[in-house]
This record gives sequence, C-alpha cells and structure tokens, in this order.
Amino acid sequence: MINDYLKYLFAFVAYVLIQVLIINNLSLGFYINPYVYILFLLILPVEIPRWFLLTLGFCTGLTVDMFMNTQGIHASASVFLAYARPFVLSGIAPRDSYEPGSLPVPSHFGFVWFFRYAAICVVVHHIFLFTVEAFSFNRLGPVVLKTILSSVFSLALIMIIRLFAGSRKKRS
Amino acid sequence: MQEIIRFIERHHFIILFLIFEALSFYLIVNYNQTQRTIFLDSSGKVAASLLNVSGSVRSYFSLRKTNDELSRENAYLRTLIPEAPINPLGMSAATEPLSPDAHRYHPARVINNSINRPNNTLTLNRGREHGIGDEAGVISARGLVGIVSKVSENYSLVISVLNTKFRVSAKLRSSGYFGSLTWDGKSYQHAVLSEIPAHAAIQVGDAVVTSGYSAVFPENILIGIIESFELEEGEGFYDICVKLSVDFKNLTYVEIVEKVSADEQHTLENELIQ
Repeated sequence: MINDYLKYLFAFVAYVLIQVLIINNLSLGFYINPYVYILFLLILPVEIPRWFLLTLGFCTGLTVDMFMNTQGIHASASVFLAYARPFVLSGIAPRDSYEPGSLPVPSHFGFVWFFRYAAICVVVHHIFLFTVEAFSFNRLGPVVLKTILSSVFSLALIMIIRLFAGSRKKRS
Repeated sequence: MQEIIRFIERHHFIILFLIFEALSFYLIVNYNQTQRTIFLDSSGKVAASLLNVSGSVRSYFSLRKTNDELSRENAYLRTLIPEAPINPLGMSAATEPLSPDAHRYHPARVINNSINRPNNTLTLNRGREHGIGDEAGVISARGLVGIVSKVSENYSLVISVLNTKFRVSAKLRSSGYFGSLTWDGKSYQHAVLSEIPAHAAIQVGDAVVTSGYSAVFPENILIGIIESFELEEGEGFYDICVKLSVDFKNLTYVEIVEKVSADEQHTLENELIQ
C-alpha cells in the first residue's frame, strides 16, 4: 500500500521534472508545445476515487503552473482532463469491463489500447488548454494548429516515456 | 437538509469539478487583471533552485556564442571610451560622484526562459540579496529584454518583451519620433510599434531605440529595426513591424539596469568613505 503511494509520488515528481526541465527547454517552434506531465494522471488506477483524481489533477496543474508562470491555466486543463478520464475509460472499456485492481498502462491492456487511450486524453487536455490560453489573451486563431501539432508531439513523447517506464514491470 | 446532502453525495464529482475549475479561472482572471500578484511563480525557492541547475547546464551549450557576444560588446564599449589615460589603481571611480540619473548595471544569468506562449517570462539568478529592486530594466548586449516584475530573495521574475502585457516607450533613432512598443504574440522575432505620426518619414531598416522617458531604461538602448510598415488610408499613425535585435531563443547572460537615485547615491558615497 505504502509502496504504491511511493511509486505514484515518484511518477509525479519524475513526469513534472521531465516536463519543466527538459521538454519546456526544447523550443520546437511556436506551435509545438508538448505537455507530457499529464501522463501522471493517465496511469493512476482505474478505480481511484473520482474526487481524489480531481484533487490530484488540480495539484499537478498548479505545480506545472508554478514552474511556467502561467497561473491557473494548466490547473484548469488538468482538472478538466481528470473530470473527463472516467468517461474516456468507460468509453474504451474492454468487452467484459475492467477487472478490479487494473491499471490503465500498456502492460495491462496492450500498446494499441494504451495508444488510443492516451491519444484521446491528450487531445481533450490540449484543446482545453490552448483554448483557455487563447481566450485569456483574445487570440483564437492558432488554437487549432497548436492543438494538432502539440498533441502529436505530446503523444509521441508519452509513448516513448512509457516504453522505458513499462519495460521492467510485467503484470504479476 | 437531507435532500441537499443526498444531492451533494450523488453529484459530488461534478460539483468538485466545478469548484476546481472556478478556482483555476479565478487565478487566471486575477493574473490577467493585475499582473503583479502572482503568488505562485518560478521566483519561489524550490522552483527557482531547480531551474537554476537546469539553467547552468544549458548555459554550457552556448558558451562559444556567449564568448563571441561578450568580445563584440567589449570592442564596442572600448570605442565609446574617450582617449582616457589608463588608471592602474582605478581611483577615478571613487572620487567622481555619481550623477543622479546615472545607471547601475548588475550582471545576471537567465535560468528559465520561454518564447512560445502569449505571456512569456524569464527568471534570473539575481534578487533582493544582490540589490535588485522592483521595476528594474533588463537588457542584453544586443538590446532590450524586459522589465523585472517580482523579486524574491535570490531570484527575480522578468516580463520579457515577448509578453502581451509588456509596453515600453520607444523612438526612432534617426528622427526622434516616439511611440509605444508592444508585442502581438505572433512571432518571437517581431514586435509592433504604434503611435508614430503619419507625417514622420520612416524607412525600412531604421533603428528603434528606447526613448528614455520611462524611469526604467536608459535612453538609446536598441530594441530592433523596422522590418515593414503600413499607413492605412485616413489613419493618423503608422503600423510598424519591428524586428527585435535580441535573439530570445538564445539568451543566457543579461544585465539588470537600475537608476541611481539621489538617496541611493548618498548611501553609496557614505559606504565608500567608511
């Protein structure tokens, strides 16, 4: 139990640090801003209490906001993703629904399933994020382009990170 | 009463969601209205010291470029010095009183930087401890960078030119007409100069510099050059697109500029006497 908490705490720190120390420094262009810290919200257990999921979403977003000086923007998008996640999960549930104790990670449901799951979540998060960003600055034009290009890169990076993270742990 | 509790129980998920969203939007709106009240930002202790480490790693990759720029700046500054006799003891600085509108320069390193968001900021590794105050200007060897907006003990947060909240009084170096410079959020290499009257003669390639009307920046700091301009029929002012001289993508070392006011001058001189 404690072990699990530690594991997720480690994942939280690792993904946020990957985001703010590496990915934010990549400067891939004006329209490509990948955000991979949401991976932390993606891999939480399927059965996590939903209020806890929302709270974790808010905390994750605020932490990233703190590093990027974008007060509130990432918090709102992460909370939205946390809200949408149960619906996404039930939308792409396997035929006989989820077994108790399953985790939404590639080693449990396969890479193709995880890719679909991550793709939907990334797009949901990015649309919300870039719309909020644009609304608060009155420029709606580049939202679509930003969402598409950034989503592609975020998804690619998330899959790469998961490849490394998941390779050692097989389902017991 | 029980009805309400049961209602909250049944819909706790969406209620909590709405509460968190309201909180986030409160933060966003609050930030947009009063730019100086960020309570969570990267000049805080934990965030800044982490960014400091990553910034010092990154600065290694641009050492050659930084060297080039420094030697170029050195050469330029040398040309500005009148044929002064070399003073081996460096005494003249202590005997000559500082004029009240002289400026003091602190070197600083950029530890966090962004260029691809609507409100870009920089974090510098100098703070109150090093004598930096609010509203100090930030320049680099190539020109204007931004304005310090918040200072913590060891770090400071800078609103860069690439920020929709940034505004500075600028003038054309050749003719002296002045207007105001803002950023439209479209490209990290360009800014917009407005309020230059239509009767001013301007040309592509003219230099745009700070006007010196603000207390923040000294006069004649380069901002950029005019890349294109437009004068709409019946309008009294030009729309000018300025190519910024600073390369915000590669920004490692900057200088923080502060005006030496009369009070500060006295304390400074007293320190020298003791």
